Amino acid sequence: MTFLDYAPAPESQSVLNLRNEYGLFIGGEFRAGSGTPFASINPATEKHIATIAHANEADVDAAVAAARKAYEKTWSRLSGSDRGKYLFRIARLVQERARELAVAESLDNGKPIKESRDVDVPLVAAWFFYYAGWADKLDHVGLGAAPAPLGVAAQVIPWNFPLLMLAWKIAPALAAGNTVVLKPAETTSLTALLFAEIVQQADLPPGVVNIVTGAGDSGKPLVGHPDADIVAFTGSTPVGRAIARQTAGTRKRVILELGGKAANIVFDDAPIDQAIEGIVNGIFFNQGHVCCAGSRLLVQESVHDEVVDRLKARLSTLRLGDPLDKNTDIGAINSASQLERIRTLSDVGEAEGAERWTAPCEIPANGFWFAPTIFTNVSTSHRIAREEIFGPVLSVLTFRTPAEAIAKANNTPYGLSAGIWTDKGSRILAVADQLRAGVIWANTFNRFDPSSPFGGYKESGYGREGGRHGIAAYLRTSTSTNGATK
Amino acid sequence: MTGVEIVPTDRALALIGGEPNDANLRRYLQGIPGVDAVGLQQRAAGLGTRSIKTTSKVWALDRTIGLIDLTTLEGADTPGKVRSLVAKAVTPDPADLSCPRVAAVCVYGDMVGHAVQALGASHGDPEAGGIAVAAVATAFPSGRSSRSIKLEDTADAVAAGADEIDMVIDRGAFLAGRFGAVYDEIVAVKEACRRPDGTYAHLKVILETGELNTYDNVRRASWLAILAGGDFIKTSTGKVSPAATLPVTLLMLEVVRDWHRISGHRVGVKPAGGIRTSKDAIKYLVTVAETTGEEWLTPHLFRFGASSLLNDVLLQRQKVATGHYSGPDYVTID
Repeated sequence: MTFLDYAPAPESQSVLNLRNEYGLFIGGEFRAGSGTPFASINPATEKHIATIAHANEADVDAAVAAARKAYEKTWSRLSGSDRGKYLFRIARLVQERARELAVAESLDNGKPIKESRDVDVPLVAAWFFYYAGWADKLDHVGLGAAPAPLGVAAQVIPWNFPLLMLAWKIAPALAAGNTVVLKPAETTSLTALLFAEIVQQADLPPGVVNIVTGAGDSGKPLVGHPDADIVAFTGSTPVGRAIARQTAGTRKRVILELGGKAANIVFDDAPIDQAIEGIVNGIFFNQGHVCCAGSRLLVQESVHDEVVDRLKARLSTLRLGDPLDKNTDIGAINSASQLERIRTLSDVGEAEGAERWTAPCEIPANGFWFAPTIFTNVSTSHRIAREEIFGPVLSVLTFRTPAEAIAKANNTPYGLSAGIWTDKGSRILAVADQLRAGVIWANTFNRFDPSSPFGGYKESGYGREGGRHGIAAYLRTSTSTNGATK
Repeated sequence: MTGVEIVPTDRALALIGGEPNDANLRRYLQGIPGVDAVGLQQRAAGLGTRSIKTTSKVWALDRTIGLIDLTTLEGADTPGKVRSLVAKAVTPDPADLSCPRVAAVCVYGDMVGHAVQALGASHGDPEAGGIAVAAVATAFPSGRSSRSIKLEDTADAVAAGADEIDMVIDRGAFLAGRFGAVYDEIVAVKEACRRPDGTYAHLKVILETGELNTYDNVRRASWLAILAGGDFIKTSTGKVSPAATLPVTLLMLEVVRDWHRISGHRVGVKPAGGIRTSKDAIKYLVTVAETTGEEWLTPHLFRFGASSLLNDVLLQRQKVATGHYSGPDYVTID
């Protein structure tokens, strides 16, 4: 054994106190769903974790009714400072139960514990703390006189950052005075259900937060529910399109945060070692299951070979394996179907003539895994340069001038994020100015903060989450609207 | 390693394209890509979160001891103090004779003879089970004296039996952009390390990163020291704050890794000052292993310049062996 084969350092699961079965969380209580319950499995071992209730249309109706009642009777009548108190309480409970939440997230999602522990859960707490602070200041921040909540928010979230996406959706909605019905992704319901326990612990009035679990057949009636005032969705562009169609012509406000195919642009004067780290973090963070992942690496031709060499050397040090081991860098792919999609698109990449390189690492016998992979000699017309793979696969393209970099970066139907690596500040500003992407990172990647608005251009969706924009989305800010009271 | 010893200064000629002087050294060193401070610190912090347990921890504790330059650099040092330090170096834990020895003792030049004498048969190459004697020289720690005094200081320590010389660079000249002067001085000190039999004492070049201030400067000084023929690049004297930090050490390791990539020649790294706990030391071992590779974790390529670190590692070692923590009275004070 060598030193680099670090001895196993598994995070203990003893902090977890899971039930065998979870119901729907409606009106402050867990209750059985009317659909056929389904299993949530650990993607790293394919072992059963818990049985999850399946919400049908009647269950969704009940959840929306509970949310409406809570909105009318309590939540919209509370003062901002009282709403803030509840949110601060939730934030503190998230911190108190941080380890438990991190272990549950890694178990259910497959992401490495170091990420759930150091990124996901701290950001969840940060989001609640941040929006808790907004709740009593809404009248004084230029949102017009007496901004009012919208009512009931129907929220559907993806499986890549289950608890964090929940926080992005619920924290601003509640701070603004809305009540919510949230549906987590069917493969990652666990932390949303633990969050429901936190909601009980925080003594939130019943019905302010409702969690309905299930697949697309539970999400569709929620999104289409006539009594939902706002629909917020994070997920794939095809589903986002369907939601846009479903809500067209209704009074509902819609926020869509969809796919991406971000360009990570490396100029020849970039701080090279940090750029390599940023490229790795950009596409291999969370197994590449990140909508804003830097999946298209645009490298200036003069440094292409050096960057690719260094990248390969660095990827060879990544540790793939047990998500609960504290030294794991790359965890499991969330589901068999996602693994299949990654495999298919990677094979297409090879067939189209791109050169494939895979980091040498042992793949565990059970579970869903995909080793970090780089494609070089990729052309802009290749499918792997155009379609979102949503996995640990990087496509490397080259450019010669800043103008070409900008043109290639923008040549995508998406526009969620982008990265710029250069030592020259003026170039950062000039290039960022011309990129059509909602979030642009300079000499870093995949950094998130509750005070910073996040969202996309074009097929990456519309609306912003985070910051002042994020709370304005959940408020009626004109003075002349209907009589919704605060 | 290629097996062929490359003369670093020849490499320097090839790399910078001509006889090193202020102008072409500046062109070369300032042409190296910059360092992004935030990114560097993030990477170091990330390496610091590795969890080293059970068998890996046992190995890491023993290896840490074997990489320590046990140091006393006080104006109040006496031959007695040095003898006591040497005794500790030879037998770090009198209660456990299986405990490995440190790599070297590090003293002022006038104490070299006492250290050599006290070591006796234990004096030797740490990779062959011995303990080396390292001496600070060149008007340590400030480096503010004339070239001739610095060279005399070095030659004197080598003559007294020092195996390794820890020199300081002229930070004033470096910050003023007189890279040629810094380069020349390292070359001259290296020559002063030459013994009558034609072999050389190993030269560790102290950059005093706390005075260089920016990471870009640390990277340039690292390249400069390597091009001039340093066998080791060392962070600090221990007399200036901040001394060694993980990001600075990571940065220096990256330079050493890149130099190895282009030349096949291996240069050592020595963080010194401020590393006091086993936990910190293990972070450094992880950083070395994941940056330059595990083969750097040998006394010829990596050292800790430390004094109080050894006792903390011994306490951790005892804890691993017995299952419970003892206390400061169960390790010797030097």
